[in-house]
Amino acid sequence: MQQKPILLTILDILSIIAIGIATYFALVLAPTELVMGEVQRVFYFHVGTGWVALLGFIIASIAGVAYLVSKKMFWDRFGLAAVEVSAMFFLITIVLGSIWARPAWNTWWTWDVRLTSAAVTELIFIAYFMLRAGIEDPEKRARFGAIYTLLGGLSAPITFMVIRLFRSIHPVVVGNPSAEAQGGFDMTVDMRNTLFITLIAFTILFIDFIWHRVRLGGLQEKVEQLKLKTLGE
Amino acid sequence: MKPSFLKATFAIIHKDLAAEFRSRELLTAMLTFSVLVILIFNFALDLNIDVRQKVTAGVLWTTFAFAGTLGLNRSMAVEKDRGCMDGLLLAPVDRSAIFFGKAISNLAFMLIVEAIVLPLYAFFYNETRIFQWEFIAVLLLGSIGYISVGTLLSAMSVQTRTREILLPILLFPITIPVLIASVLASGAIINDAGLPQIITPLNLLIVYDVIFIAVSFMFFDAIVEE
Repeated sequence: MQQKPILLTILDILSIIAIGIATYFALVLAPTELVMGEVQRVFYFHVGTGWVALLGFIIASIAGVAYLVSKKMFWDRFGLAAVEVSAMFFLITIVLGSIWARPAWNTWWTWDVRLTSAAVTELIFIAYFMLRAGIEDPEKRARFGAIYTLLGGLSAPITFMVIRLFRSIHPVVVGNPSAEAQGGFDMTVDMRNTLFITLIAFTILFIDFIWHRVRLGGLQEKVEQLKLKTLGE
Repeated sequence: MKPSFLKATFAIIHKDLAAEFRSRELLTAMLTFSVLVILIFNFALDLNIDVRQKVTAGVLWTTFAFAGTLGLNRSMAVEKDRGCMDGLLLAPVDRSAIFFGKAISNLAFMLIVEAIVLPLYAFFYNETRIFQWEFIAVLLLGSIGYISVGTLLSAMSVQTRTREILLPILLFPITIPVLIASVLASGAIINDAGLPQIITPLNLLIVYDVIFIAVSFMFFDAIVEE
């Protein structure tokens, strides 16, 4: 039996602490935004989860290339882990965004660039899971999965550019002070610090999740092999 | 001796077209389906003259996208079911010749359907603005992008357990840029919206076509290998 690595346990504890600190910063220490009030606090976790979701999407594409080049099953497990974790975080980002959008834009949803791209990406993830579920041969599953993540990774930026041709109302908070009419705001130093801490916290959590998922994938494979072995005897 | 790339590609196109013109299974289904979709849109959207002004491009593209998946599914399923795919793979030709052969014959089917549906739409709705060469060019570019990814993904979906159901689910999220750009460009052409509004989506469409023809060409080998 493979022991759980000590480093992973340390990372578990670290991510719990980091998320705890981030929550405290976002909900208590960060100043209340003047116009939007308390609901603006959603922003920190919205950006945090969105950031790691995007990171997962990019990592999945890289893992796809790595698999196609090396044909090592590790990269398949890694890619799957990235997609799964990323899909979950994307969903959280969308839900948190909706919670914020209701009071800020007076609607749960609007067909804006970021929102539509996020929805399309989430659909690509779901299609990826359905594709994998339909294939029994692990080698073929890994190959098709890798190719599909690459196709998704290539089409997502073009989707974003095409939808941008329609009008966008999503605020660009970081690096764009003129977005106030769309629900954007100027960040104070405390807000900036809070955002920074949340980003780090979610990155740690993300690495922790990926590690767990890759490890789980390895154990799953081992169980399958043992099953085949006992059935063969 | 290995036959030349072009010769192999043409052989596959010839095979597909000959088979289709004898059975007419695929084209009949795609055409009937397209007319049905337009009929449904007529009542679903109440296509009177004001609404038509805005949605003609969208209605046509939705119709072609749905009819396209029907054709793509069928064209790959016949290869798989009757074991033709194994035969094709055993043939001493470049695998990408098989891809281009399949893609071009799929494109031909889609263009034939479009060539029949467009006059029908014009006839039903007294809409002659769709017969501009710019509109036809967008139609061609959009179809090329859609079919190149579609051929690749249908080769993928046909090897899975869920097959026909899976193709649209795999294909639509990836081809959303094609559909949006085509609808934007052709809508702008119909409504005489001016060059900038036509050129931007058109450029993206061309970028998509180039990238995805190259990518599909690269990956096809990895999808059909056993």
